[in-house]
Amino acid sequence: MIKSIIYLITGTFFGIVMYKSEAASWFRIYEMFNFQSIHMYGLMGSALAVGIVIVQFIKRKKVKDIHGAPIVIAAKDKGIARYLIGGILFGLGWALAGACPGPMFVLAGAGYFPILVVILGAVLGTWLYGLVKNRLPH
Amino acid sequence: MEWILEPWPWYVTGPLIALTMFTLLYVGKNFGMSSNLRTLCTLCGADKTCDFFCFDWKGQRWNLLVMTGAIIGGFVASNYLSENQVPDLNPATIEQLHAAGFESAGNAYVPTELFGNESFSDIKTLAILLIGGLLVGFGARYAGGCTSGHSISGISNLQLPSLIATIGFFIGGLIMVHLIFPLIF
Repeated sequence: MIKSIIYLITGTFFGIVMYKSEAASWFRIYEMFNFQSIHMYGLMGSALAVGIVIVQFIKRKKVKDIHGAPIVIAAKDKGIARYLIGGILFGLGWALAGACPGPMFVLAGAGYFPILVVILGAVLGTWLYGLVKNRLPH
Repeated sequence: MEWILEPWPWYVTGPLIALTMFTLLYVGKNFGMSSNLRTLCTLCGADKTCDFFCFDWKGQRWNLLVMTGAIIGGFVASNYLSENQVPDLNPATIEQLHAAGFESAGNAYVPTELFGNESFSDIKTLAILLIGGLLVGFGARYAGGCTSGHSISGISNLQLPSLIATIGFFIGGLIMVHLIFPLIF
């Protein structure tokens, strides 16, 4: 129960940050892909700068999680095709819908209901991937 | 406390995103929002159609809670922590968008042309939203993650696949905005 509340609060915090940072704004995504503002680059850049320090610290100091188990970020499988092709398809959708899988739920909460069509599309797209997965280069 | 109602600057929110990632790592989980889309597929019965969706969704219950929190966060931020927040876009961006038919650029959080309730009765807009979602869902799973899993978690861990995926995200976004938008807007 306590843990459920932690997940819920972490998600709520994340949702507030996504909204207030404007990472959930279609306009900001458009502006980013036009290189007309530092906003989104600064946002991702500063998240990464702090993120890299945190992860390096975790690794060097062998920081344990609350259960006492070592913190591990699972390594991704090697390869290029799936990351590049999948990434490009994702980017096409990100710019078109102006929302990635976190912010689309944030926008639903903010009351922009047409985002539900984007969410429906994203669930269908995920399902479609599952169906054709074995026929795709990875 | 006035600042809280203002847009929060990127140099504050960026580190807060990293803090979200750390919190999840610290409780023994990983930061990755698109995994929820797969879980939603399984909950909708996709496990009867192919093996990719045959997994114990209960192991992802925590992530569904994070997702539910994101919905609550969007509600709280827009209703209680903002006074009609409008992104302070580059005037050149606004001008460009006005020329493309996005009159709401510069006076709305997201374009009302796409996210106003009138969209539900406009076939073209519905198609744009649905196709955008399809690409995000398909692409995220094909690439094995999205902006949170790859661009933040993965690159923070200095993983090459995540860098490749993020380069892909940008190639796709640039193609959409510069080559495809002129054809559809």
